[in-house]
Amino acid sequence: MTEQERRARAEQRERFDFAVIASWIPPGERVLDLGCGDGRLLRYLNETRDVTGYGVEIDDESVLRCICNGVDVLQMDIECGLSGFEDNSFDHVIISQALQTMHATERILGEMLRVAAEAVVSFPNFAYRANREAINRGHMPVSEDLPYDWFDTPNVRFFTIVDFEDLCARLGLEIRERLAFDEAGREVSDDPNLNGSLAFFRLGRPS
Amino acid sequence: MSPENSVGVVASQRVRFGEVLRLRSGAELPGFELVFETYGTLNGERSNAVLVCHALSGSHHVAGYYADETDNVGWWDNLVGPGKPLDTRKFFVVGVNNLGGCYGSTGPLSINPESGKRYGSDFPLVTVEDWVAAQARLADHLGVHTWAAVIGGSLGGMQALEWSLQFPERIRHAMVIASAPKLSAQNIAFNEVARQAILSDPDFHDGYYAEHGVVPTRGLRLARMVAHITYLSDSQMAEKFGRQLRHGEHKFSYDVDFEIESYLRYQGNKFATYFDANTYLMTTKALDYFDPAYEYDGNLAAALARARASFFVASFSTDWRFAPARSREIVFALLHNRLRVVYAEIACGAGHDSFLLDDEHYHALLRAYLENIAV
Repeated sequence: MTEQERRARAEQRERFDFAVIASWIPPGERVLDLGCGDGRLLRYLNETRDVTGYGVEIDDESVLRCICNGVDVLQMDIECGLSGFEDNSFDHVIISQALQTMHATERILGEMLRVAAEAVVSFPNFAYRANREAINRGHMPVSEDLPYDWFDTPNVRFFTIVDFEDLCARLGLEIRERLAFDEAGREVSDDPNLNGSLAFFRLGRPS
Repeated sequence: MSPENSVGVVASQRVRFGEVLRLRSGAELPGFELVFETYGTLNGERSNAVLVCHALSGSHHVAGYYADETDNVGWWDNLVGPGKPLDTRKFFVVGVNNLGGCYGSTGPLSINPESGKRYGSDFPLVTVEDWVAAQARLADHLGVHTWAAVIGGSLGGMQALEWSLQFPERIRHAMVIASAPKLSAQNIAFNEVARQAILSDPDFHDGYYAEHGVVPTRGLRLARMVAHITYLSDSQMAEKFGRQLRHGEHKFSYDVDFEIESYLRYQGNKFATYFDANTYLMTTKALDYFDPAYEYDGNLAAALARARASFFVASFSTDWRFAPARSREIVFALLHNRLRVVYAEIACGAGHDSFLLDDEHYHALLRAYLENIAV
């Protein structure tokens, strides 16, 4: 694959990723995007759904790119919690493919549903077929959704769709919707823990 | 600094305002003068004006140099100029010496029209609110109804914040850098030590030292020394000076032993030759009094409800005078009010004074934010 093809695929994939999240965010909402990277998701949500809000990011370069992108970014360490954010101050809190890079998983999930009534979480599914095959071959997986070598990865938590569902149950979080997609971006309904490479969850507080 | 992106030779201007200015303290000034400088050109829509507010010891001389004093370079010259982050090809930039200052604006060194003598300590205490009210008259004079941005570091950042509260409709972007929504007890404590150094100097003469033909040099020197400690970080001091000895050995005297002592004395001596003691005293009180939440039972979010501007807030990791947590107080109060805000916490070793440096990442952030401001 040439660099150009790789970039084109990455962009296509990003659009699909953004589109899934956008489908869960009603127009005009106020959102908080944790681990917002360069802010493109927020910019996309703003441009396509008139969504306003803030991104939270720790990395210097990403913060700069957010500002270039006109995104309201707050440089803070989510690992330290969201204590400055008021209860129910957002419609949705999003954490898009960033939960696996953080240590304080339980606290972050709990905090997300304190500052918003609903949370959107996406993450790479470690139990995806290709990942299992890599492990069977004796190697840590490197794939579309887990694109890093083991010695150079920002990821610190490796978990599966069923692991995540177990944690939600333990934390008393209500799973309102779940979607899984394979590496080609096709939605997966049959055994998502095996066939899904990327998972999306819509979480709420139990009513 | 490369000369091609300097604003080049600049000249300061002076304007007199005849109308009475009622101060926050209740006192009144019958009229006053401000000295200022401008860089760049005000566009036809008058939408590209940026006000740069100075901190404790700064002035209206923000950028460029004077024809007859080419080494007198503006205090934020690394930020302001053609092609620099605050780009004078895009923006019309204004620097002003605040009311009560000692660089030419009406202040304690000015002649009191009532007595015909220098004001000295008869000059009323002015506050951040008063400065902003005076700056608004300058804006009127320049034909600027709305600032594209008001920017400042430290005490300058407090003025940017105050602009967003006192004149919400006259400021589009407030850039608040290395600042705080109010001083802490520790901050006030340092200011009080500095004041006592000046007030207890026998040459102070209750503030009428000019009439005695003297300057409370010792007090000013001490005040600057103690303040300077708070501008630097522990790590930077350790790196720059450590325990280096001035004379290579312990002298067993109260003369300078360590390099840091020499540095502080140098800074203190230099400052005492050009800064006015009454202005210093007054400015530290302006810092102490600044607290927009004061009239809102300490609720900063309630105080900021009036604001309409978009904010750029930045802090520096090693700044312990106005630590990052102080900036986050502002950020969360803005969030409460659903205002637009960008917040950057910049890793920089130089402590509070980092805001004056041309740290590459810091300037890239400022440049990116300023580039997105529509004019």
